[in-house]
Amino acid sequence: MRLFSKHFWADKDIQQLIGKQLRVGVITSSIIVLLGGIVYLYRHGHESPDYGTFTGVREGLDNLPGILKGIMAGQGRDVIQLGVVLLIATPIFRIVFSVFAFLLEKDYLYVVITLIVLAVITFSMVGGLERL
Amino acid sequence: MTILSFTLILLAGAFLAGLLGSLTGLGGGVVIIPLLTLVFHVDIRYAIGTALIASIATSSGSASAYVKEGITNIRLGMFLEIATTTGAVIGALIAVFIPTNVVAIIFGSVLIFSAFMSLRKKTQAVSDEDVSKLARQLKLNGSYPSGGGVVSYKVRHVPGGYFMMMFAGVMSGLLGIGSGALKVLAMDNVMRIPFKVSTTTSNFMIGVTAAASAVVYLQRGYVSPGLCMPVVLGVLLGAFGGSRLLVKANTKWLRIVFSVVITFLAFQMIYNGSTGKL
Repeated sequence: MRLFSKHFWADKDIQQLIGKQLRVGVITSSIIVLLGGIVYLYRHGHESPDYGTFTGVREGLDNLPGILKGIMAGQGRDVIQLGVVLLIATPIFRIVFSVFAFLLEKDYLYVVITLIVLAVITFSMVGGLERL
Repeated sequence: MTILSFTLILLAGAFLAGLLGSLTGLGGGVVIIPLLTLVFHVDIRYAIGTALIASIATSSGSASAYVKEGITNIRLGMFLEIATTTGAVIGALIAVFIPTNVVAIIFGSVLIFSAFMSLRKKTQAVSDEDVSKLARQLKLNGSYPSGGGVVSYKVRHVPGGYFMMMFAGVMSGLLGIGSGALKVLAMDNVMRIPFKVSTTTSNFMIGVTAAASAVVYLQRGYVSPGLCMPVVLGVLLGAFGGSRLLVKANTKWLRIVFSVVITFLAFQMIYNGSTGKL
């Protein structure tokens, strides 16, 4: 089991993996954003933009279930938003990933530190902070 | 104007912002907010949501390269992220209660500070004295590869740096920017970390800091796909192009010109903010 040997998870290798994970996340999300953008422009390109007054995005674009429902309905804006959500998730995944990396390194101090960062982000996600 | 032409112009503007941002080290988000609000008359709340997403994209994109080279201090970044993410959530929360014209004024002031920081003469005051017990306990001291071999360094003033980082996080959550200049100030001047390490570690942290507040902004309806699409793609392409050019370009003059432009934009934002136009 090469994957679980300490040698494989030496500091250098973890850095390589974190670097790769960040890159894959950014590339995947930009492709999704681009695809959604093409659909959006094809359908709404001739309309006029309206961002002068703040109304908030239309319902469904501000949460994941709504976005997935919109994609099923073939909405380009929801596809773009999925790419955006994936982009936000990329550095958060990096944190989750680091928890395991420090765990395998037996660096428990940093397992705790990383978990605290993760807890703060989770708090902002589900802490009922939306639409205050 | 149609959405199609609006998108194409914004794409070009974001490309330029990403290009100049990566060449001067100021980050793309700094230009995106004035561009959206002053040129396109977009409400500052949409602009903040869009700029946050753009900073996550550029930070993650460039961090991937630096992390692989082994310059980034991952432990230091991780430890300080406690401060920046807590700050970012607080910033995103208080943003609801602060009037948008006040946000514009604060933004303008941070912009002037960032421009000044990018021009300031850099004096390396790295310390190799092992004075901080806390830095030792937290395993923050590190080393990085350079042309002349491996350079090791010791971290100082951990609590001071921590609180400075928390302030940077609040600004990032409040204004939708990476607060790179504030992060570098905390690491260079307070914690005495070498430039190469502080800039790359700050870049590494920006993504997580911005993600912490972006989650709040997304749920609040600030993140508009029609704006994010051209801005994210444009800034990413620009930053990529900029990092290619960086090897050849003489960035000294570019930095000066760019700082002047940013200061001009900053004053305009402060003016519009104080007259209630933003």
